[in-house]
Amino acid sequence: MIYLKNVATLQFFSDKCTSCKMCMKVCPHKVFDIKENKIYITDKDKCMECGACMKNCKFDAITVDTGVGCAEALIRGILTGKEACCDNC
Amino acid sequence: MKKSEGSGSECCSTPSPNEQQPCSCSSEKTKEQQPSVLCSTDTVIGNIPKISFKWSWADRWGQIKCRIGSRRDDYKVTPGLYAIGTPDENSDVFVTANYKLTFDILRKHLKGMNAWILALDSKGINVWCAAGKGTFSTEELIKQIKKTNIKNLVKHNKLIVPQLGAVGISAHKVTEKTGFKVIYGPIKSANIKSFVENNYNATEKMRKIEFPLIDRLLLVPVEFFQPWKKFLYLSAFTLLIFGLQPNGIIFSYIFKEGLPIVILGAISIVAGAVLVPALLPILPTRSFAIKGFTIGLITPILALIFSGYIPVLSNVYIIIFCWILYPMISSYIGLQFTGASTFTNMSGVKKELKMGLPIYILCVVLSIILIILFKLSAWRIL
Repeated sequence: MIYLKNVATLQFFSDKCTSCKMCMKVCPHKVFDIKENKIYITDKDKCMECGACMKNCKFDAITVDTGVGCAEALIRGILTGKEACCDNC
Repeated sequence: MKKSEGSGSECCSTPSPNEQQPCSCSSEKTKEQQPSVLCSTDTVIGNIPKISFKWSWADRWGQIKCRIGSRRDDYKVTPGLYAIGTPDENSDVFVTANYKLTFDILRKHLKGMNAWILALDSKGINVWCAAGKGTFSTEELIKQIKKTNIKNLVKHNKLIVPQLGAVGISAHKVTEKTGFKVIYGPIKSANIKSFVENNYNATEKMRKIEFPLIDRLLLVPVEFFQPWKKFLYLSAFTLLIFGLQPNGIIFSYIFKEGLPIVILGAISIVAGAVLVPALLPILPTRSFAIKGFTIGLITPILALIFSGYIPVLSNVYIIIFCWILYPMISSYIGLQFTGASTFTNMSGVKKELKMGLPIYILCVVLSIILIILFKLSAWRIL
């Protein structure tokens, strides 16, 4: 199953990448793959913005906006003007 | 750290991993839960509670309560080190959360192994969610490494962290600060054994999260029970409105007109909370709001079918009301499932809300206006 098209904020900077494959290990959706010793993004729409790749990239080659993906928490965030947090789930 | 029972060494000093029996020194007294503690293991860094891979009836009952959402918020084990089997200085260390359900599933899958478990203080939340919220974090792992003095317990420097914990943990930062190397294990603890046997390599399949029917259905009860409190208040209010007549609140109208509206409301909740998760892959479009809306159309269709038997459902205002409000309720509740699904992202949910929220609000306002129009026409004011 894949979520909405062209919304994921994942960005990959191949010039910083050392092909250590850490992103391939932590990504639960196989967004990263390697070809001829170069990491590339297979399908950005598969990204769920969990941020595991960014957090574990020693070389800052990945950025992604992460946050609570829960609708109710986001609504509460919109209504109260605060950042969404999901204390209920 | 936790106290261990002093008499530990007598009864379970070295049982083989396969024949662990709970012994007389089990400590179930403390309020902080130490699940199925057999006794303590004497080590160079002090006594460490020894636990079993077995589930007691209380553990099973606890799991059921978590699944239906009645005990999810307060189901914890004391953070810290635990021993399973007869681990020594060469044994693996598995890092986990202190949500008891998570902890129980891990220890069940460590059956037959000799290992250490390091439970982080994730505030009683599972690994993935806690990692997202920041309680299963680099800082917390570093803190527990220092607090438990695990450096003196094991000779190696490997910590096996569940893959989904990577959302909250920077492996390289942990190494930098503590010297311990974080190895990301498989997503599911059920695969730990083959992971270890495969020289600490997870297969591609073990690293990929799926969202099969059974996993989606396991989440249904929590989704299902969440909206009911609001529903009860709204139902009571709706019944009153329909019972309200120029000459007071008439009981028969509550049944004749109010009850069908409330029952249809309940059906639209079931459509959103149960059918959306169950039929997720086959519902049209990638948008959860539209998936919910589509399946929510069954409610006005049911209303149409029964309108021959229930007069109120053939009223023109009520017909429009049914087509506006019920699919919207299912859509809204279906959208909530993004929070539990394993593949939706925040940017997408934001996009759905940006478009959906104004429509939801408009539908609610229209529904209220339609009910007022219905009442006015029924009272022959209109």
